[in-house]
Amino acid sequence: MTQLIVKSGGAHLSVQDFGRRGHFASGISVGGAADPMALCEAAALLGGFGATLEMAGHGGRFSFDQTSEVALTGAPMRVSVDGKPLIWGAVHRIERGAVLDIGAAEKGVYGYLTPRGGIQSEDLLGSRSVQAGAGIGRAIEAGDALAIGGGTAALVKLRQSDRFSGGLIRFVKGSQSHLFNADTFARFEQSDFKRDLRGNRQGVALAFDGEGFTAEGQLSRVSDFITVGDIQMTGDGRPYVLLADCQTIGGYPRIGTVIPADIPKIAQASAGAPLQFQCISLEEADALHFDPQKETQALRRNVEPIVRDPGEIADLLTYQLIGGMIAGDEEWL
Amino acid sequence: MNNQSSEAPQIRIYPLGTDGYVLRISDSLTAAANAAAIALAGAAEQLAEAVEVAPSLTSVLVRFDPSVTMRASFVAKLEALIRSFEAAEYEPQRRWTIPVCFDHAAAPQLAEVSALTGLSEAELVANLCGAKLSVLALGFAPGQPYIGILPQAWDIPRQTALTDAVPTGAITVAVRQIVLFANRSATGWRQIGQCAFRPFDLQRAPQVALRAGDEIRFAPIARVEFDPLWADPFGGARLESL
Repeated sequence: MTQLIVKSGGAHLSVQDFGRRGHFASGISVGGAADPMALCEAAALLGGFGATLEMAGHGGRFSFDQTSEVALTGAPMRVSVDGKPLIWGAVHRIERGAVLDIGAAEKGVYGYLTPRGGIQSEDLLGSRSVQAGAGIGRAIEAGDALAIGGGTAALVKLRQSDRFSGGLIRFVKGSQSHLFNADTFARFEQSDFKRDLRGNRQGVALAFDGEGFTAEGQLSRVSDFITVGDIQMTGDGRPYVLLADCQTIGGYPRIGTVIPADIPKIAQASAGAPLQFQCISLEEADALHFDPQKETQALRRNVEPIVRDPGEIADLLTYQLIGGMIAGDEEWL
Repeated sequence: MNNQSSEAPQIRIYPLGTDGYVLRISDSLTAAANAAAIALAGAAEQLAEAVEVAPSLTSVLVRFDPSVTMRASFVAKLEALIRSFEAAEYEPQRRWTIPVCFDHAAAPQLAEVSALTGLSEAELVANLCGAKLSVLALGFAPGQPYIGILPQAWDIPRQTALTDAVPTGAITVAVRQIVLFANRSATGWRQIGQCAFRPFDLQRAPQVALRAGDEIRFAPIARVEFDPLWADPFGGARLESL
């Protein structure tokens, strides 16, 4: 089986897919890619869903033991192959032994390297997603060789939605929203936040000026379910938005839950990016339901060939197969 | 027809995100509310539209798939479930006996909890190992149990500041409950003991050892007995069927 070899990189790299469902009663959260939209981008580019290598903040150096096609999605990162720069949001063919060098994110946080056929790492409770801190799988180490599905893909690109610079985040009310009085709730919606430096796959802290957003009975409330997108107020009333690897039960009060469609925007906001929050009804949220299949189909409509100097195109016949290559709807998970 | 008696708890429904609802039995933790949550979760498992059901301390999470099921019809099903639900006494079916070390290294905050509760350190240990305890819920981390309910004297708040790290197996307390940590973790709960029992181990069968409702007994052991227990997949814990 073809292998993706990690020549440098480490704990900021992890294998992810859409995560695991059905284990909440055992205290196991869904996990999965911090930016699920990036998985849809990769699926639209490659013609099917597969497990990806998530890169937080920066990438690493990679090579393949067989010539392989890979999609680069999520936060745009500086990237080159054997010193020649590549574009992000596209599929590239990496020749056997060539070095794919992925540097720092130019904007956003999480970049994704998805090989055609997906990463075929071990099944961990119904998913390949790693949650190293929870004892589910382990972090990547330099020298790791990851089996990949392989196959060929057309060299195409797409226009990525801009979700890397913060903006307006929509949320719905939950079981504890009423614990915040009307003034505090209104002040939360009117405040200008910035993505704090502190953040990881469990959640991101928000910085702001002014007093904290506190609820009644802050420290003694009975612990209850928490979920991805929950905006929880820690002891001093500072907001912290939960992401993919959040816990399943928590004790801090939560003012509401960010809708799934806006999770990519909060996960990908660069440190210092401005963020504001707007409460919407559940019915409005339903109309904005995030369905990976539908998102991927929509993204496919703006997939187009990478325009290259015809002199550089080694195999015109392969190049003309683009239309057929992206029509597939395979699952490699 | 409303067959809910005046004694029955008023179960409330709250959304959790865009694809779930929390059925909350009580805002305060009691043994009856916890038993009702475990029973209600069992009843909710029968709903065809539920893609996931989980009990917590005093509530039940029920998730649906918004791509398949209309919100309004799902809420109607949950309301019907609540109307027909009758809480019953819950009898544990299994008992775990878990060895715990209480020396200073294993129990760095025992003195602090002694000051907060007014109980001596010896009384705390005797209390913890003598109390009738059960797994109230699994959560926070894989397989990690909330255990309770401890006597009233143990009603101490969480710390306002987090401890940077408690180790795997840490026995920590707050608000009349115990959390037995599955992994090294930051926490606002105070550590008063340590066991070698790992609630979750991907390489072990079963991967998740405990179930909500299991009875728990802690047995005090000395450091010399404790250290070798890490070699045992269950950290020396014994399981009996009741």
